[in-house]
Amino acid sequence: MAFVSSGYNPEKPMENRISDIGPRNASDFFPPVIAKNKGKWLWHEICEPGILMHKAESGDEVYTVRCGGARLMSVGHIREICAIADKFAGGHLRFTTRNNIEFMVGTLAEAKSLKEYLNAQKFEGGSFKFPVGGTGAGITNIVHTQGWVHCHTPATDASGTVKVVLDELFEEFGQMRMPAQVRISMACCLNMCGAVHCSDIAILGYHRKPPIIDHEWLDNLCEIPLAVASCPVGAIRPTKKEIVTEKGETKTVNTVAIKNERCMFCGNCYTMCPSLPLSDQTGDGLVIMAGGKVSNRISNPKFSKVVVAFIPNEPPRWPRLAKIIRQIVEAYASDARKYERVGDWAERIGWERFFEKCDLEFSEHMIDDFRDPAYYTWRQTTNFKF
Amino acid sequence: MAKHATPLLDQLQSGPWPSFVADIKAEAERRHKNDNNVEYQIPVDVCDDLLGILELSYKDGTTHWKHGGIVGVFGYGGGVIGRYCDQPQMFPGVAHFHTVRVAQPAGMYYTSDFLNQLCDLWDMRGSGLTNMHGATGDIVLLGTTTPQLEEFYFDLTHKMNNDLGGSGSNLRTPASCLGDSRCEWACYDAQELCYQMTQEYQDELHRPAFPYKFKFKFDGCPNGCVASIARSDMSFIGTWRDDIRIDQEAVAAYVGGEIQPNGGAHAGKDWGAFDIEKEVINLCPTECMWMEDGKLKINDRECTRCMHCLNVMPRALRIGNDRGLSILVGAKAPILDGAQMGSLLVPFIKVEEPYDGIKEIIEGIWEWWMEEGKNRERLGELIKRQGLAKAIAAVGLTPVPQHVMEPRHNPYIFWKEEDVEGGWDRDIADYRKHHQR
Repeated sequence: MAFVSSGYNPEKPMENRISDIGPRNASDFFPPVIAKNKGKWLWHEICEPGILMHKAESGDEVYTVRCGGARLMSVGHIREICAIADKFAGGHLRFTTRNNIEFMVGTLAEAKSLKEYLNAQKFEGGSFKFPVGGTGAGITNIVHTQGWVHCHTPATDASGTVKVVLDELFEEFGQMRMPAQVRISMACCLNMCGAVHCSDIAILGYHRKPPIIDHEWLDNLCEIPLAVASCPVGAIRPTKKEIVTEKGETKTVNTVAIKNERCMFCGNCYTMCPSLPLSDQTGDGLVIMAGGKVSNRISNPKFSKVVVAFIPNEPPRWPRLAKIIRQIVEAYASDARKYERVGDWAERIGWERFFEKCDLEFSEHMIDDFRDPAYYTWRQTTNFKF
Repeated sequence: MAKHATPLLDQLQSGPWPSFVADIKAEAERRHKNDNNVEYQIPVDVCDDLLGILELSYKDGTTHWKHGGIVGVFGYGGGVIGRYCDQPQMFPGVAHFHTVRVAQPAGMYYTSDFLNQLCDLWDMRGSGLTNMHGATGDIVLLGTTTPQLEEFYFDLTHKMNNDLGGSGSNLRTPASCLGDSRCEWACYDAQELCYQMTQEYQDELHRPAFPYKFKFKFDGCPNGCVASIARSDMSFIGTWRDDIRIDQEAVAAYVGGEIQPNGGAHAGKDWGAFDIEKEVINLCPTECMWMEDGKLKINDRECTRCMHCLNVMPRALRIGNDRGLSILVGAKAPILDGAQMGSLLVPFIKVEEPYDGIKEIIEGIWEWWMEEGKNRERLGELIKRQGLAKAIAAVGLTPVPQHVMEPRHNPYIFWKEEDVEGGWDRDIADYRKHHQR
C-alpha cells in the first residue's frame, strides 16, 4: 500500500503542529440525560444483574446496561460496540475502570431488550461478545496487564489467564450471590502495571530464576552502574570476565556478577539492562494473593497476601489456577457474612482458618521475610486457633 | 486459511467469557478482506503475526518482546512505548510493534462518532488492536511502525482534537472515577478536577523531568472506584466534614423491607429480612449510630465517613453538604521496596476553581521530590526514606493526629538544633569544670 501522508511535514516538524492539548473534556461525550443531571443524582439501585438505575433530583431516570469485555479488543469489535450504542443508546457509551462497557438508556424495558440483545451476540467459537453483568455483590471483570501479547518482562500471559478464570467463574459475573463484591486482578510481573496488590484475589506472574548474563554484549547495551544500582537486594556487582565470543575470540569484558542466592527475581535489572533476561519456561509461573481491597468501607484498605506461593504456567488453559480460584471463591461465598470482603472474612476467622477452609497448603514461602514490614505480619500474641 | 497454525490459542476460543483470540482472528480476517478499501500503512498480516508470536509464547512459556527503543513524536518524551519482537524473520508483521497511549476522557465517556473515527485512524495506521483501557486509564493502541507515529499523532491532534498520554519518568495520564456525572456519592467533580489538572500540567505529562513516574488519580468518595489509594502517587479522595443527610421516611422504608438494602446488590442470595441493627448500626466502625424512637441517629462528629451506611441505604442517607477532598500520597505497586498504600497528607481541602490550594500542594510535593528523590525513586519510597514529616513540611502543613494511625513506637526523635534551647554548640572545658575525666 502506498504511504498516505497525514499532512505532517518531516522537513518542518513544527509546521502546523498541535501539542499539549490533553484529552477531550468528558462533557463533549455525555449522553443528554447525564449532561442534564450531572451533580444532581439522588440514589441508584440494581434492577437485576447488569442493569443499574440512577434517579435524579429532576425525577429523571437513567438505566445503565453493563457488559463485560476482554480489554484487548479490535477496532472491528469497537465498531460493533459503537453500532450498538447508535441503535440503542443515542450513540453514547462509556467504559468502566474494570474494562466493562456501559450503555445508558431511558427505560427499564429498553434496558432489558438491550440486555437480551447483548447476551445474544457471540464470537466465532461460541464465546459471548457482550455478557451482561458485573454489578453488585458478584464477581466483575478482571483487570489485567499485557502479558505475552505485548510486554518484555512478563512471567506469564495476562489475557489468557484472565480468560480461563472468567470462563470458570462466568456464572458469577451474571449473578449477585457473593457476600460482597469480589475484585480479581491480574498482573503478569512484579512491576504490577495492573496494581493487583490491593485486590480480593490477585493473580501475579512471577519469575523464579535469576537473570542469565549476556557477558559479551552487556557493556555495549547497558550502563553497568545503572544495572548494579537497579538491584534492590544488592546482588549485582561489576566485574571483568574472560569470555569466548560468538566468533570464537577470547577477550576480557566489563560485565556484572550476580549473587544468585540473594535474588528476589523482581526483574528490575532486566528493565534497566536488556542483557540480563530472566524469563524461563519452568522457572516462571503464578502467585495467588488474597484479602486486599481499596475501599474504606467498614475496614481500612488492605494489601493482598500471598496464599499460594507458586503455580506453574500451564498454557493454554492454566487448569490449576482456575481450580484454586474457584476453591477460594466457594469457601468465601459459603462462610463469609453479608458485606464482608474476602480480607475482612479472613481476618475474622483468622488466616489459619482461611487456609483450612480454602483447602490451601501453608508453607515457609508465606512467611514474610522482606525488610521491616515482615515483622508486623508475624504473630506477637498467644491468640491463635488450633 | 490462517497464516500460522495456533492450536494452543485456539483452545481459548471456547468457554463463555469473550475470547480475545476469536476477536484478533476476526480482525485478521477483516484486514485480509478489506471490504472498506483501507490503505493499510503497516503490514496487512500484523494480526496474523501477533497470533503467531503469541502461539510461540504459549508453546515455549516465555515472552518474545524486546525492550522498548527510544521512539516517539517530536517534542514529547512520552506517549509512545517502543516495542520490537525477538523473532522478526518469523513474524515480520510485528517486527516493529510500538504502543501508542492516547489520553482518555475522564470517566471514559464516548460517542460512537469519536470511537469510530479513532478506529478508522488506527485501522489505517496501526494494527487495529487496542486495550480499552490500559491500567493507568489511557486508550492503548497496540502496535505500529516508527514512520506512522508522527502521522498518527498529526491526525489525532488535527482531526480528533486529542492528545497522547504519558509514559516514562513524567506525570502519567491522570484518571478519575465517573464522579458526579452519574453517582450520588461524588463529593466533588472528580472528572472536572482530573481534566483541569491534566491541562494544567501538560508540560510535566509530555516532557519527562521527574525522578520516576508520577500518578494522579481522582476518586469521588472513599469507596474508591478508581483505586487511587492503592495506585497513585497522589490520590484525591472526596469527603465531607458536616453531617450525613438523613431521610427518616426512607430509613423506615428500609426497616420495613420496602426498599432493598445496598441498592439490591445482594439480590442473588436469600440473606433474610433486612436488619438495620445487624447490617448497619453494628457494622459501623466507629459505633456512632443508633435507633431512637424509630429514627436513625448519627453522632457525625465521630463518623469517619467509611461509606458503609450510605452504601447500604442510598435512598435514606446522603453525603454531607460541606464537601471537599483528602489528599493521600505515595501509593505504589511492590517494585522495589514493597507495596505502599497512600498516606494521608491533606485531611481536607475545598475543591474550588481555580484550584490554587490544590496546585500549591501538588507543586510543593513535586519540588521536594525533584530535589531529594533519587533516580527511579517513587514518591512513596522517598517518604519512607525521609519520613512523612518531611512531606508534610514540604507542603507547609502543620502535623496533626489525623496524619498517623498511632504515634511513633520509639523515642528516636530526630531533634533539630533549632528545636533545642541553647543550640548544640557546647564547650568541653565548661563540661569538665563539673565532670572529672
